Amino acid sequence: MPQKTARRAGRRATRRFTRRDIAVLGVLLGIPVLLDIVIVWGPALASVGLSFTSWDGIGDIHWVGGDNYENLVQDYPAFWPAVRHNLLWIAFLGLVATPFGLFLAVLIDRGIRFSRFYQSVLYMPVVLSLAVVGFMAQLLLGTDQGVVNTILNDPHDPVDWLGDSDINLWMMMLAASWRHTGYVMILYLAGLKSVDPALKEAAAIDGANERQTFFRVTLPTLRPVNVIVGVITVIEALRAFDIVYAVNKGRNGLELLSVLITDNIIGEASRIGFGSAIAVVLLGVSLGFIVTFLVQELRGAREK
Amino acid sequence: MTQSSFTGPPTPRGGAGHPMSRRSLLRGTAVGAGAVTLPALLTACGDGPGGNKNEVTVGSNASDAVPKKAFAAAFAAYEKQSDKKVKVNTTEHNEFQQNITRYLQGSPDNVFMWFAGYRMQYFAEKGLLIEISDVWKDFKGFSPALKEQSTHEGKQYFVPYYYYPWAVFHRKSLFEKQGYEQAENWDQFIALAKKMHKDGTPVAFCDKDGWPAMGTFDYINMRLNGYEFHKSLMAGEEAWTDQKVKKVFDLWRELMPYYQKGALGRTWEEAGQGLQQRKTAMAVFGMPHPGSQFPVNERDDIDFFPFPEIDPQFGRDAVEAPIDGFLVAKKSRNVEGAKDLLAWLGTAEAEDVYLKGDPNNVAVNDGADTAKYSPLQKKSAELVSKAKHISQFLDRDTRPDFAQTVMIKALQDFIDNPKDVDGLVNSIERQKKNIFST
Repeated sequence: MPQKTARRAGRRATRRFTRRDIAVLGVLLGIPVLLDIVIVWGPALASVGLSFTSWDGIGDIHWVGGDNYENLVQDYPAFWPAVRHNLLWIAFLGLVATPFGLFLAVLIDRGIRFSRFYQSVLYMPVVLSLAVVGFMAQLLLGTDQGVVNTILNDPHDPVDWLGDSDINLWMMMLAASWRHTGYVMILYLAGLKSVDPALKEAAAIDGANERQTFFRVTLPTLRPVNVIVGVITVIEALRAFDIVYAVNKGRNGLELLSVLITDNIIGEASRIGFGSAIAVVLLGVSLGFIVTFLVQELRGAREK
Repeated sequence: MTQSSFTGPPTPRGGAGHPMSRRSLLRGTAVGAGAVTLPALLTACGDGPGGNKNEVTVGSNASDAVPKKAFAAAFAAYEKQSDKKVKVNTTEHNEFQQNITRYLQGSPDNVFMWFAGYRMQYFAEKGLLIEISDVWKDFKGFSPALKEQSTHEGKQYFVPYYYYPWAVFHRKSLFEKQGYEQAENWDQFIALAKKMHKDGTPVAFCDKDGWPAMGTFDYINMRLNGYEFHKSLMAGEEAWTDQKVKKVFDLWRELMPYYQKGALGRTWEEAGQGLQQRKTAMAVFGMPHPGSQFPVNERDDIDFFPFPEIDPQFGRDAVEAPIDGFLVAKKSRNVEGAKDLLAWLGTAEAEDVYLKGDPNNVAVNDGADTAKYSPLQKKSAELVSKAKHISQFLDRDTRPDFAQTVMIKALQDFIDNPKDVDGLVNSIERQKKNIFST
């Protein structure tokens, strides 16, 4: 019997694909690859190409070399604030919202009372689109008619939560985190449920306290979830757009790269070449983050 | 053994059976998907409506309730006196503006609503509009200033319909109660603002939307440096680093302490409501802005005075009065029908019908019936007819890319930090050079 199974397995492994199989595989793989090229890489490369040109969307396209990049870095006052805001957004989500989501997940996983209830309540914001979160922020934080200022009741010197460029970004990041935390919590909760309790018991028997158990045993076993959460955090931070656009069109302290791209390309302005240059910068930043992160995490996983 | 070798083959065959059914399923799906998408693609390629010569389609940006209804009444009047149908496609105001470039290059309606001046000329220059000088030949009652705003390189492209002046708006009753007097010149204006601020009802100010502050900039500039300077500054021919421009910001800064706080977090609607609720005492606004925020029975309490004089050399000879109207896109499928509609829209009667439904604007045609005007409309009409120059508005007098990507941020930065004028004008000038050189 063992001999036979081995032989059968061998036959299966060496059996060649029929022509039909190859055709089917080719089509099934080819279509996604083609779509990927047409929908993702085509436009991305086109943007890179356009970023070296000047085009208003109507007339001819002129080649201008690196002028767009030069103007962007030197003369466009919104550019550096936008880069800064994007990085701050990543840092805030990564260092505040994500750890907080993990913290909530751990609390709920310990089976505190009403954990189901908390779980649902905390996850609720995730079903809202960020644009809706932006509208809610406006209702809460409006200068004249917002809920918060109505409660504070200081009509002579109202805090301009969304108009003051020193604080509005923080308000936006808080609002975005409100949603992000729930998302991260659910992902970690699923991960924590799959951690083998025997590991924790073993650690406890070896004399590890709870903290050590969590950081040395539980968290490392959550590596696959960590990768996903990390990537999601970076993506969420870089694609942040709708929330600031809903609040004040991403101006006055809420500049983000995604908003600058939209302002330049989509609107009446139609500075397509210039906007593409910003898009290329955003692409570079995204790739930089995602690639380093994935390489590190995957290498770490292999070394384990 | 034989049995197992016998049962062997059926297993692979059974296994092959699965992919088979999966494949046929896929095939089915592909055919199904094709069946669904193909007709959609075909209709997308087809002409659709618009080929019908008895129907004129109008692309409208009048998404607010009052103008929307007023336009509907105007088009109904046209339908009645001609045997044609008008089909209106309304798009939200800001969205319409955002999409205009693609709209004009895609499949635009036969007639569309847009703005006069540079913003029209920009598209005429790009060859996206149809010349309507032949329609203009029969027009009566339009002033030369209006014709100029409708013209690009000697050809007409635009039928003006109505306009609204910008001025300093306030409540009549509040001024009477507090003993405020309308300001004639800048010193009086600052003194008035100071008094209002002291009384706890500061000057209303908002710029969350990005454009309302442009009105104040334009007025200070035109009062200080004259209309011609405004025009060439907007056309990119003057340097923003010029002392004249810096002076505009310096004067504006004098007014800043008396504004209500938090302008950058306030929409124009909220500012209008503050004026209505007597929380603020006056505001530089366009006529429909307070008008649309006041309840109907309080509209008679709205009054205005022209923006005060700064340099006596220019006095108050220029008025900022954006003109809205109609144009025909190059890609319009029913040019004949479009021109017929435009010819009617250029008449005084057509404006009468509209203004009956929307009293926040003023007719452009001299022949329009002013008997039914409210006192405010009468005053507005008088203000504009006496003006030597009519400017459109910062974002209508210059290139859209410059207004949208440079000036909105620049003015918001100034409101946020009014001290660094040198840095501001240098930054504007550098960006202006980049944009106007393309």
